[in-house]
Formats: sequence, structure tokens, C-alpha cells
Amino acid sequence: MKFRTILRHIREGTKNIIRNGWMSFASLSSIVISLFILGVFLLLALNVNNLANQIESQVEVKVYLQLGVEQSKVEELHNAIANMPEVRSVKFVSKAEGLELLRVSLGEDGKDLLEGFDETNNPLPDSFTVEVIEPQTISFVANKIKAINEADPTVPITNVKYGQGTVETLFKFTTAVRNIGLIIVAGLALTAMFLISNTIKVTILARRREIAIMKLVGATNHFIRWPFFIEGALIGLLGSAVTTAILLVLYQQLVQITQFELGLMMIKLVTIEDAGWLISGVLIAIGTLIGIWGSTISVRKYLKV
Amino acid sequence: MIEMQDIWKTYANGTHALRGVSVIIEKNEFVYLVGPSGAGKSTFMKLIYREEVPTKGQISVNGFNIGKLKPRKIPFVRRNIGVIFQDFRLLPKFTAYENVAFAMEVIETPRRLIKKRTMEVLELVGLKGKHNSLPAQLSGGEQQRVGIARAIVNNPAVIIADEPTGNLDPETSWGIMNLLEEINFRGTTIVMATHNRDIVNKLRKRVIAIEDGIIARDEARGEYGYEI
Repeated sequence: MKFRTILRHIREGTKNIIRNGWMSFASLSSIVISLFILGVFLLLALNVNNLANQIESQVEVKVYLQLGVEQSKVEELHNAIANMPEVRSVKFVSKAEGLELLRVSLGEDGKDLLEGFDETNNPLPDSFTVEVIEPQTISFVANKIKAINEADPTVPITNVKYGQGTVETLFKFTTAVRNIGLIIVAGLALTAMFLISNTIKVTILARRREIAIMKLVGATNHFIRWPFFIEGALIGLLGSAVTTAILLVLYQQLVQITQFELGLMMIKLVTIEDAGWLISGVLIAIGTLIGIWGSTISVRKYLKV
Repeated sequence: MIEMQDIWKTYANGTHALRGVSVIIEKNEFVYLVGPSGAGKSTFMKLIYREEVPTKGQISVNGFNIGKLKPRKIPFVRRNIGVIFQDFRLLPKFTAYENVAFAMEVIETPRRLIKKRTMEVLELVGLKGKHNSLPAQLSGGEQQRVGIARAIVNNPAVIIADEPTGNLDPETSWGIMNLLEEINFRGTTIVMATHNRDIVNKLRKRVIAIEDGIIARDEARGEYGYEI
């Protein structure tokens, strides 16, 4: 194929969008609508996933120490835990800090309960708060810490806790939520593909006579196919770009409203920066590929004249 | 130029469209193809531009053995044959210019040459100034002129015209015939199927009559010979 023919195909593909104005409009609308719905659910799934991550990342291992241990022993244990590859951070919580935290978390109810306790008679032990990199590894890490104690009884651990039972249920729940989100998004993606490629097929059906005429004039199949290919790609690209723009603008508004005006600091939405790349990447890729796929498949059918 | 040897064509439904047709059409001839509807005229022409393949027999056009042609070679043979239809078969969303230029783009002609030649041919068929009109904005006669311009723009060796005046009034038809005759004078072989008795009898050319799938008559300066 000569270079001028490539240029010709690009020119022709672009012209065809205008020539078949209403048909292009129909294809574009079907792309925008299907991808918009897909995009909304994709954002939803992203946020659900993000929420699940936030909840999961709050799990931690508490390592309680014996009372009155030497500082060197404590440091030794601290380093041993911090050196585990699964561990993100180890924080030493002194008994005084522990009491303060307990006061804060119990609030009004704890006033009576904790009254009378001060530095001199603090009943709480010193402890470590261990955060892990992958929340799912928490029980593994907890057992590993226990194992240190079992192997060497001089290690000053009294107890290792991570909320057995509760944590497992939480993980089951977040995994289920994630999977449901994934299934919905995948189902919608398939539906969108089907809808879009069907619309494109119908618009090309209207042009099968055109294809037959081109063949009579001596056009090769390649020659006929290329402009359709470019037309499909352009419509797909245009449609998905428009959809992405609309979605991201709306999402930006939503983030604004929830985070700043309503002050819903508890529910932290995925930021537009994080969501933007994924959303535009997925939508534009699907849109363009479907545009190309739909038009190429349909043309191929009518080329067998 | 066109040579058929004992051509048989049987369609899938069992219709025998042609039953042993042998004919030689020389370069630069002008041939009328006449005969009743369904006698095999259209099949005869479709075999020439390889829309159909013969069930039996040999056919060669311009030195190509059309019957044995591989599918991907078909476009290249068609580029040497201009085809004109009763229903014009123009690309509806393309302007007159674009319809004609398309035939040149197919053979990867430089754009500059396409422009020059297309305008030249449109002027030749009498459509100067109408190059930006869509087929729907043109009259039947004008649309057929676009069809003819498209057929001749690449200087084909043969023009196949399937009832080119079938949809046109007598006056417009004569305009089209004058144009075809001029193209013939310039050296192009023309095979034209027609039901137009007036044209065949007044503009005398070789007449091949096909009836029931066989050549019933072949006269050098023949008459239409059928009652309407």
C-alpha cells in the first residue's frame, strides 16, 4: 500500500463519519450511553474496593509485653518483629500511652471506670502495635510472633492478639463485595460491547450496497476495509473520550460535594487523580477496540460479494 | 478482446442461463446484446466482469482467463473493464466527483492526477460544474453520465453496459448513446445489453441475440428484431 493511499484511507474514514451523519450519531450515542453506565459502575466498584481496603488496613496485631521488662529485651523484640518481610511498621505503646488511648476510646463511659488510675497504679502492660503490608497476612504474622515466644521463653511476650474470628469474617465480606463488583463490571462491559457492535453492524448493513459497488469498480477488499476500520476507530475513540470527560467532570463534582461541603471525612472517595487514569484507560480502550471490531467484522461479512 | 468457448452457466436453483455460447468480440467493436428478459443477457455480461463464473467452458477477456481467476485477482481484472448499469449504481453519499475519483483511487493514482483526469472526464460526459452534486441531486440522465464517467475514467479496454438507457427518456437516451459512440470511436470495446428497439435500429451496430441461453442471431449490422 502506497503512502498516499494510507492518507486517502484516513481522509475517507473521517469523511465517512460526516457522510453518514445520522448513522455515526447512532453509533456514537450507543457508545456514550453504554460506556457511561459501565463507567458509573466502574467508579462504584473502585470506591467499594477502596473502602474495603481502608477497612482491611485497619486491622493490626497487638503484642502485649510482660510488666517491668528491661529496655534491651524490648528493643530486641521490636527489631525481630520489624525485620519480618510482611510487617509495615511496629509501634511501641508504653503503658502510659495505652491508658491515654483507652481513655480516648472509651470516652464518657470510661470516665467512671478509669477514674483513680494514674502513672503509679496503671494496670496496663507495655505493648507493640504491628501493622502489616498485606492485611490478609495478619494471622500469619500473629502466629509468627507467637512462635518467637514459644521458641524462646525469655522473650517478654504475654499475649498476641489480632481479633481472631472477626478479622476472618471481615475479609470474607470484603472479598465477596469485591467479587460482586468485578462480576457486575465485567457483565456490563460485555453488554456494552454487544450493544455497541450491534449498532455498528446495523449502520454498516445499510451500506452493503455501497460495498458491492466498490467491488464492481475493482477495489480490493483491503481498500474497502481500511476506511471502515478508521471510521470505527475514530467513532469509538470520540465516543469514549466524550464519555470519559463527562464521567470525570461529574465525579469531580461528587468528590467536591462529599469531601468538602458535606464533610463526609469518614467515607473517603477515590481521588479523581487515582480514578482518572483507570477510567479513561478502560473506557477509551474498550470504546476504540469495539469501534474497530464492530466495523471490521461487519464489513468482512459484506465483502464476500 | 472477449472470447467465449462453449460457455454453460447453470445456477444453483437449476436454471440454465446459458447453454453452449461461443462468441468472439474483437477490439474496438460495438455490440448490442438483445433478446427477451431472462434469456441470458445479464449472465452473459456478468461472466465478462467476473460477477459469475461459467459452469463449463472457457472465457477470456483482454487476455485473462476469467473462469480460472483466483478471487484476489478479480479486482485487478475489473479495473480494465468499465461497467455501466441501468440503475446507475453510484455511491449515494459520494458527490459526482468522488464517485468518479473513487475508481482512480482504487488503482492508487496520485491525487493531482485524479483531480485533473476526473474533471476532464466529467466535462467529457457533459457534467461540467456538477462535480459537487450528490447523485440524488442529479437527474437520471446526469446520474448515468456519472456512471459512464466512472466507467471510462481509467481508460478501460472494454465497457459493459447493462441497459444503460433503460431508466431514461428517449431524448436523454440518445444523449447517452452519442456519448457511448464517442467512447467507442476513441478505441474502447463496448458490449451493451438493451431493449431499446429504436436505438438498435437507428444506430446500426453488430447485434447478438440471445434466446433461451443460446445465440439465436449474430449480425454485423443487425436489427433489433423483436416486437415490443
